[in-house]
Amino acid sequence: MIERRRLSSWASDAGSPAERKIIFSRQGAVVRHESVPMYWRNIPQYYRLVAKRCRQCGAVYFPPALRCRCGSAELEDYDELPHEGRLVEYTVLYQVGTDFLKQKPLIVGLVELNGGVRAVGQIVDAQPDRLAPGTRVELVFRRVAVDGRHGLIMYGYKFRPVQP
Amino acid sequence: MTRVGVVGWGVYIPRYRIRTEEVARLWGDDPQRIADVYLVNEKSVEALDEDAVTIAVEAARIALRRAGVSRERVGAVYVGTESKPYAVKPIASILIDALGLRNDILAVDMEFACKAGGDGLAAIAGLVEAGRVEYGIAVGVDTSQGEPGEHLDYSASSGGAALVVGRDGVAAELEAMYAYASDTPDFWRRDGSPYPMHGEGFTGEPAYFRHIIEAVRGLVSKYGYKPADFTYAVFHQPNGRFPLRVASALGIPMDRVKPGIVVTHIGNTYNASALIGFARVLEMAKPGDRILLVTYGSGAGSDAFVFRVTDVITERQRAPAPAVEHMLRNKVYVDYAQYLKMRKMIKLLE
Repeated sequence: MIERRRLSSWASDAGSPAERKIIFSRQGAVVRHESVPMYWRNIPQYYRLVAKRCRQCGAVYFPPALRCRCGSAELEDYDELPHEGRLVEYTVLYQVGTDFLKQKPLIVGLVELNGGVRAVGQIVDAQPDRLAPGTRVELVFRRVAVDGRHGLIMYGYKFRPVQP
Repeated sequence: MTRVGVVGWGVYIPRYRIRTEEVARLWGDDPQRIADVYLVNEKSVEALDEDAVTIAVEAARIALRRAGVSRERVGAVYVGTESKPYAVKPIASILIDALGLRNDILAVDMEFACKAGGDGLAAIAGLVEAGRVEYGIAVGVDTSQGEPGEHLDYSASSGGAALVVGRDGVAAELEAMYAYASDTPDFWRRDGSPYPMHGEGFTGEPAYFRHIIEAVRGLVSKYGYKPADFTYAVFHQPNGRFPLRVASALGIPMDRVKPGIVVTHIGNTYNASALIGFARVLEMAKPGDRILLVTYGSGAGSDAFVFRVTDVITERQRAPAPAVEHMLRNKVYVDYAQYLKMRKMIKLLE
């Protein structure tokens, strides 16, 4: 099991839009939302977990990487990550960025997708005290950040516990 | 070659529910009387981070999984809703990227009150028959609006249904369809207005009943059906009473209508209302069954469809995709304050 402290450091290069927002607030940056161009560029990753796969050794990276650990820079889009997995660890946040002030407490979890690739994301439709490492989760498509009443609605993946 | 028809279906109902008693408690109504009048015991509520877009994506993902159709073969996406999160910016294009469909396909948002979802089905059936696309996805979705304390507050709810339509692998062949529409001022919502209005005298007889009855009578007389030909009949369900009454006016026995009624458990999901009932019936149908599906949209119009269930149905019923029954069963109750928050009806400084 991974310690919660380690989860937060692991999460610092995480790929979900929720996580980016949390990082911004932790660093005290004034960035309120992810920029529209940045969101647009990340749509495949945010909407349907498009990863990168190394053409040389087959390693899969999510969030997408530019270079493989084997040294190769030949990576291709990989659109087949499973939408189910298990919760490895999670944390419950009460101090959150401006985009999430109305959604407290925010649950952020590390999920191991079937097949072994790990992804960080918000855990929704869940009560913190009923979660535990090993909980089966499924990917859902949700609103992540909303730029006021007039701006863009940014969508992305989250996870929720699978109901038997 | 078989006829065009439904290859797969998917329904998404948000997990949260509010009971009729809880709404009545807030507004000082007699809950028993309300439940008796509308035959709605509870309704579905979307989570704070859900809207018509997210619900459409979930329903379409399930439909594609059940259909077993590869994403590259889908040539059209039609979304019918009256709850667009954007006044201008389509849902269909978000669906393309959320589902990973090809970009060189037809993507359309449609509006006809609660009927547009079914209209997508009709449009795609035409495109498939003409040979212009191999498969299309028709989605009906809403996070229905109703003014707090007004009678729609007891029924307006959230959900979505998606149908994969094509010619290969059909589980329910489209045998016939018939449409009926007229300018009827029964229900409308002006641009920028948060809640719809009713032309009170027009709800019911001149609107719902006239258009549905004319569409079904037209269909029956043109194609020579008898009420006994339909194993199941599914109607648009603004409340629990209307579909039962319209069935009785058409001479369709109650036991053929009840299996497709979901409004009692989830409320009126507007564009998804009849389609969720249809999906539920598909999950219990047997090869050879005939299903009558009748949509209704205020303003007003009705489409009647007849489907003939094929042998493929058993395979689709067993497909690894969540069933309607599963969505109906899995629920978490919320109180009226949580309901207002989740439905984004609390005014915030933004």
